[in-house]
Amino acid sequence: MSSQKEVLIDPIFNNNPIALQVLGICSALAVTISMSTTIVMCLAVIFVTTMSNICVSLVRNYIPTNIRIIVQMTIIASLVIVVDQFLQAVAYDISKSLSVFVGLIITNCIVMGRAEAFAMQNGPFLSALDGFGNALGYSVILIGVALIREPLGAGTLFGYEILPTVANGGWYTTNGLLLLSPSAFFIIGLFIWAIRSWKSDQVEEPEYEIAPNLQYKEAME
Amino acid sequence: MEHYLSIFVRAVFIENMALTFFLGMCTFIAISKKISTALGLGIAVIVVLAITVPVNNLIYNYLLREGALAWAGFPEVDLSFLGFLSYIGVIAAMVQILEMVLDKYVPALYNALGVFLPLITVNCAILGASLIMIEQDQTLAESAVFGLGAGVGWALAITALAGVREKLKYSDVPEGLRGLGITFISVGLISLCFMSFGGIDI
Repeated sequence: MSSQKEVLIDPIFNNNPIALQVLGICSALAVTISMSTTIVMCLAVIFVTTMSNICVSLVRNYIPTNIRIIVQMTIIASLVIVVDQFLQAVAYDISKSLSVFVGLIITNCIVMGRAEAFAMQNGPFLSALDGFGNALGYSVILIGVALIREPLGAGTLFGYEILPTVANGGWYTTNGLLLLSPSAFFIIGLFIWAIRSWKSDQVEEPEYEIAPNLQYKEAME
Repeated sequence: MEHYLSIFVRAVFIENMALTFFLGMCTFIAISKKISTALGLGIAVIVVLAITVPVNNLIYNYLLREGALAWAGFPEVDLSFLGFLSYIGVIAAMVQILEMVLDKYVPALYNALGVFLPLITVNCAILGASLIMIEQDQTLAESAVFGLGAGVGWALAITALAGVREKLKYSDVPEGLRGLGITFISVGLISLCFMSFGGIDI
């Protein structure tokens, strides 16, 4: 039981796919401008990662090793097509504003990476938990970024106004930088800083030690 | 001619794949520690993008799009839902063919690119460029120019970041920010610089 719980919980903070493994930043950051697109994107990624892990794990003993990448790609691409068609049918506006980013879940390294690293070696149930946990770790960061960007950038949350903006007769002057792409990089950088100050074992070793400055002492002697 | 030049400049600077669309970020962060490897990867991306985007354009216009199969006698067939599967297949096949051709005829370049070629299949910048090309409904010539420009822009961005990171490793960075954190913030600053190209229009 404890190992199952570990597989599920571990990727959220201890081994977060974005903050530590540097996976899946690719398609995600552009959708964090508004909360509703972020939630839809997260749900899509959770669905695709969990399902692809189950499918890959079920067929793992029948895949010849040298064509496994193509098999995994085909499974993932088919699942993404299902998500894309579903979104176009049910939530057309959101699917339009996500534009190319739904399709880019195919090349999202989290999906591919988990299929290759975990589902190829483990049974379907554990793989499902692993996929779900990693997608959840991804969602936590994404929702965190969106929670900062949407209210401060546009004064809204889920499209409802929570900080009355100057343009609408309120007091809040919107910060346009947060609607532009560089802000997402800054926010993630700061998130990583926060996580690593909390879990100090994740801090990377410095490549160079700076030698102590001896000139002053030498001058005094 | 001016139209194509404008598409090229737009793809390189204003709508830079890495810095405004966040595409190819995983490789962008992972393989930007040294200028020489970054440049090698950049060149590989340019080559693959310049080939796959026009090829995917042909596939979309002559096989998948609604009514595209009219030449084969099926005017009412719409296969566009097969898009993702076909594009990723084309990209994987193209990378494989390119690898074999380079191995046979240009071994020097093949050795220089080495491990990066197969990695490119899962680089989101490649699939992303094809999807953007289809969304903008470009013609064949436009897509060729766009693919080349997108590749050059991506290569430029990763080389610039590698240059910054090579200097950065000598600096005294706060503990928690070391490595990944400071890299993100540098990418943000480079991205901010590229935004200043925004007003340019040819």
